[in-house]
Amino acid sequence: MAIDEQPADPTAAGPGGGPPRMGFFTDTSVCIGCKACEVACKEWNMIPEDGLDFTGMSFDNSGGLGADTWRHVAFIEQRAPLGFQETGVGRPEREPVDLGMPSFERPGDSTGADERGDFRWLMSSDVCKHCTSAACLDVCPTGSLFRTEYGTVVVQEDICNGCGYCVPACPYGVIDQRKGDGRAWKCTLCYDRLGDGLEPACSKACPTDSIQFGDLDELRQRADERLGTLHEAGVSSARLYGEDPDDGVDGTGAFFLLLDEPEVYGLPPDPVVTTRDLPSMWTYAGAAALTLLAGVGAAFFGRRR
Amino acid sequence: MGETMGIRTWIESWPVYRQITGDDRSGRAAAAKSPHSRNLRARTATADRVVKSVCPFCAVGCGQNIYVRDDEVIQIEGDPDSPISRGRLCPKGAATLQLTTGPSRRHTVLYRPPHGRDWQELDLDTAMEMVADRVVRTRRETWQHEYDGLRVARTMGIASLGGAALDNEENYLIKKLMTALGVVQVENQARVCHSSTVAGLGTSFGRGGATTFMQDQQNSDCIVIEGSNYAEAHPVGFQWVMEAKARGAVVIHVDPRFSRTSALADLHVPIRAGTDIAFLGGIINHVISDEKYFRDYLLAFTNAASIVNEDFRDTEDLDGLFSGFSEEERVYDTHTWRYEGVDVAAAAGNRDQRYEERVKDAPSSRRSGRPEQQGAGGVAIGGDPREDPTLTHPRCVFQILKRHYARYTPETVEEVCGIPRDMFLRVCGHLTENSGRDRTSTFCYAVGWTQHTVGAQYIRAASILQLLLGNIGRPGGGIQALRGHASIQGSSDIPTLYNLLPGYIPMPHAREEQTLDDFIAVGAARKGFWSYMKAYTVSLLKSWWGDEATPENDFCFDYLPRLTGSHSAYDIVMEQMRGQCKGYFLMGENPAVGSANARVQRLGMANLDWLVVRDFSLVESATWWKDGPEIDSGELRTEDIGTEVFFFPAASHTEKSGTFTNTNRTLQWHDRAVPPRGDARSDLWFMYHLGRIIRERLAGSTDPADRPIQALTWDYPLDEEGEPSADAVLSEINGHDAEGRHLSTSTQLRDDGSTACGCWIYCGVYTDGVNQAARRRPASEQDWIASEWAWTWPANRHILYNRASADPDGNPWSPRKALVWWDAERARWTGHDVPDFQVGKAPDYRPPEGAKSVDALSGTDAFIMQSDGKGWLYAPAGLNDGPMPTHYEPQDTPFRNLLYSRQRNPARLTYPGENNRYHPDPETAGADVFPYVVTTYRLTEHFTAGGMSRWTPYLSELQPEFFCEVSPELAAERGLSHGGWATVVTARNAIEARVLITDRMAPLRIHGRTAHQIGLPYHWGDNGYSVGDAGNELSSIVLDANVHIQETKALTADIRPGRRPRGAARTELVRTYRQRAGITDKTGMEV
Repeated sequence: MAIDEQPADPTAAGPGGGPPRMGFFTDTSVCIGCKACEVACKEWNMIPEDGLDFTGMSFDNSGGLGADTWRHVAFIEQRAPLGFQETGVGRPEREPVDLGMPSFERPGDSTGADERGDFRWLMSSDVCKHCTSAACLDVCPTGSLFRTEYGTVVVQEDICNGCGYCVPACPYGVIDQRKGDGRAWKCTLCYDRLGDGLEPACSKACPTDSIQFGDLDELRQRADERLGTLHEAGVSSARLYGEDPDDGVDGTGAFFLLLDEPEVYGLPPDPVVTTRDLPSMWTYAGAAALTLLAGVGAAFFGRRR
Repeated sequence: MGETMGIRTWIESWPVYRQITGDDRSGRAAAAKSPHSRNLRARTATADRVVKSVCPFCAVGCGQNIYVRDDEVIQIEGDPDSPISRGRLCPKGAATLQLTTGPSRRHTVLYRPPHGRDWQELDLDTAMEMVADRVVRTRRETWQHEYDGLRVARTMGIASLGGAALDNEENYLIKKLMTALGVVQVENQARVCHSSTVAGLGTSFGRGGATTFMQDQQNSDCIVIEGSNYAEAHPVGFQWVMEAKARGAVVIHVDPRFSRTSALADLHVPIRAGTDIAFLGGIINHVISDEKYFRDYLLAFTNAASIVNEDFRDTEDLDGLFSGFSEEERVYDTHTWRYEGVDVAAAAGNRDQRYEERVKDAPSSRRSGRPEQQGAGGVAIGGDPREDPTLTHPRCVFQILKRHYARYTPETVEEVCGIPRDMFLRVCGHLTENSGRDRTSTFCYAVGWTQHTVGAQYIRAASILQLLLGNIGRPGGGIQALRGHASIQGSSDIPTLYNLLPGYIPMPHAREEQTLDDFIAVGAARKGFWSYMKAYTVSLLKSWWGDEATPENDFCFDYLPRLTGSHSAYDIVMEQMRGQCKGYFLMGENPAVGSANARVQRLGMANLDWLVVRDFSLVESATWWKDGPEIDSGELRTEDIGTEVFFFPAASHTEKSGTFTNTNRTLQWHDRAVPPRGDARSDLWFMYHLGRIIRERLAGSTDPADRPIQALTWDYPLDEEGEPSADAVLSEINGHDAEGRHLSTSTQLRDDGSTACGCWIYCGVYTDGVNQAARRRPASEQDWIASEWAWTWPANRHILYNRASADPDGNPWSPRKALVWWDAERARWTGHDVPDFQVGKAPDYRPPEGAKSVDALSGTDAFIMQSDGKGWLYAPAGLNDGPMPTHYEPQDTPFRNLLYSRQRNPARLTYPGENNRYHPDPETAGADVFPYVVTTYRLTEHFTAGGMSRWTPYLSELQPEFFCEVSPELAAERGLSHGGWATVVTARNAIEARVLITDRMAPLRIHGRTAHQIGLPYHWGDNGYSVGDAGNELSSIVLDANVHIQETKALTADIRPGRRPRGAARTELVRTYRQRAGITDKTGMEV
């Protein structure tokens, strides 16, 4: 539990039975890597274009989430199988070509039963997780970051003073300061659209429904069903990420169905809200202060005696 | 009082007060909400109005809602009501707000005088007058009354290119005005993208459009995507593949590269580019020899039983040639391919004589793109072919087919295509297990199939396979030709194409088509709906020349200029190089990047007197004279170039009304949301006013050559800004009867001049005086076919040939695959879709002796546009390069043809010239200079030649640079480094690209050798925000024999590390390569 024992609880409905907690379920098993989410997000939120940068990281030229990229599609090429998919481009292990390129491969990954070897191309659209226990919100000294009635975490651009405390606080490296502006920016889960009964721009555009928006409880149920289907279809590497209310951030408002370890997608395997230890630290600090006070008092009274 | 309130509000707005008094004790939720957050509203909620529109990029045709406030577009989003897109958009569609309202668009007219070093500003009216002057002058100077002793009444001095990105109404005015001016060189992107589709599907089934619609893919049990990068090039359409996959369908992707489509497929089959006929032929052979075909379907609906002329010789007999080939002229006399005892053309008495004349004297007419006529009606043949229902007669189509493909074994497929046998057989297994009474499979393809010297035959191969498996006309079956421009289907239907008139009526040829009767006699069929060709033609002439068109003057048939050969997009460039074509309109097309051999495109333009470019931004085709590659290399000097250049800013889809025809053959109306700014105008405006000014200039002329333009019907209502009414144009396209009432179906058309119709296949789009294309009944209120969403040609039928979804007796083949069926009680066809059949014709109807036209088709003739009512496994006529697809190697290839001694398609069209050299034959001296196979393609993030994406920052940042994709093995072989630069060289040019080394490119084993392939997305050019070399610098001009489509999907090249040389050194590099390879004007020219 974070900074105090009475957080802005996203899991509880707002006062007077407000809207349920809303979020994203991103099912990467149907992502076609089109990046409609990135563009729809930028168009709606009028985010600046942030430079032409050919990265060479497969088809990813956005690099990662940042102040000007609130949705980011990762592309991972692996010598590994995907369920029963047959690709015809995998390499037999005995003919390795080492180019000294960085790789996500682990030893043994390219050992296919098939002579051709395995290959898969994973794509995943990343976004702010809208954590249940959100460190960015905890550390924000101005009240710019706040918890909305939908349980999402939003930066308020008229309040943010650009102190940047939130940036290192995020366990996912999501929130970022915009160059030349200084303020912190990230996904708002289209707070303005939600207020008008619209779904966020990214999930609306998504051609294959890889990004689904809705009542978080319902999304979790849907995700469980989808996971079951994939496991039945032999995609044993499929897993959910961020849906567990008992994880280090007490679950996220935007969770994912991944086809490999989270690290492969650039996601922390075991994220912990960076302010987790603050209450105990405050307790210790308070105790220390009291002890100090008591010592001072004892010395004082002692001298009088 | 007021002050107290102010203080109170001020206190209450203090977060601490709210924290203490409200529920948010933590102070991090409601209490922290700022004034900005409290006042936040979705800007869509502030719109004054929401305008229904259609995405202007690819041909999926996603619905868009345009939000307008104070006459400014403030947001563009997917329209959730659309049954096609269901509210979704791809990145390009999602970027249309930036495309249409962003700073990259131009809003002023620019002018470059002859030899000028830079642009000048010019006011719009002056520019229009100047262009009109030039049209009138050039037309006068280059007028041909006769050509080669034949009346042609035309000008070869003017050409127009572009239309697939425009509205149908705009294409209609371009074609109408140009034709009346005698301009025959009218072309658009459809030539370079999907013209072979029209010939391939048209000869097979009777219509040149996709046989099905994308939403039907959800009903499929097996989807084969080949020659298409579906997920990347048509992302929103791909949702229907995903829908099928979720329902358990098998998805197979056959492609040289592992693309984003492959990533979602169950099976990705790598194939050597340019070998798909060997692969499909292998499946055909498997299906026939393992008896996996759908026999009942085959007998009922295909020409499997028809007996072929005994003089016919197959490629098996003649080692890669069919009978009738002339080595000198490089054309086939298709005479011997016919059914036994059946004429090629029907009706009138002297058919054969006329046919013989054509063969003897006029290879040019066989080069005039006639196979594209099959876009809306099959080939005209007369008489009833003899049949052998046992399919055992040695000359029946089935046996010929069996022999033809017998050598396309799994071993051949492995050797030629590089596809391992087990993988090939797995594809065969999936396809055959998922075809039959209870299951259906579908094929999806795009320009990976069309852009070859055997392009039309690729599509024929798939057509044969789908007929054998019984998958045409049935739910979840069919062949989806995925089209890539918003209205490229429309720009073929209402063709800005040289060889066609609206509705696939051919442009008349000078030799045999001087009179209307001759024209009809040559073209029309005795049976089927194409037998009404005269009614379609006369109605078109009536709508163009109104009262002037009378039976006495052949309905002004003489006002149509005549063809004398191929005048295709590439022939136009050759005419420019020769100095014959002097004026050129580019209407939203960028050939300096998008057409094969981009360098030749620019050299052609450098030889023009004048050039008009209409686009959003200054594309490469507008600025080559000051900053093109040839200026850099010193081959051209700006001050030497005499071409006058006019740049007119174009209006976007949000700024004009009209219809796009998408890849489903659906016409979707989009409303104007806001007027265009500055000098930007719609192409409708441009064409209308250009025509108006020219007509004013020529009003007093007594020259008979000017009569067609004087008499042209050219009075459309204008709004206060002078914009013509697109609605009125659509109404003219639909057609009227003599009383001016809107027609509702093409069967109402008459050949006596009592009806007028601008495009007979679109007749019905304005039924009851209502714009049916503007219908927007939400998908949620309809069944899955959603027939009340817009309007689909023909006659709102969604799955074509759907009579074949029922057995010969009229019952569905299976309940699971029911679509339309015969209701015996009501004595009519009924079902989910509109029957593509005469509704009252019983399954057991057999035509009486001497029956004509549609009555001559029986109750089982499901292919109603075909003159024998059958799906064609074998094409006894209609194609110029063979009745059955045959594997030939591409023009440039590292491999010998393993199947025949004929290396390449013998009927292909070559254009040898200093700037268009071909590569040496494989296994000859110099062949190893260009050892690698190259294929070109699109990326999701960009669009065609880049005019709508490279200027758009949100798209450019996603794919910022031109790159090439190579395998780690090739990179090792050539010392390429990831992220570095590579230079790719052909005999045409040298380009540079960033290197992406990826496992997704796999080397293949071909003929026991390793074959490496290089992937090149072709979107880039020197202008715009994201820049790079153009892939099309490398390709050559070598064309298919039927429709003159270029071979840009399979060529060869060398690749080397590092950037290309600059300046003259670039040309020098290419020269040394040519020298090393020993290339001359004879290279690659063998028959």
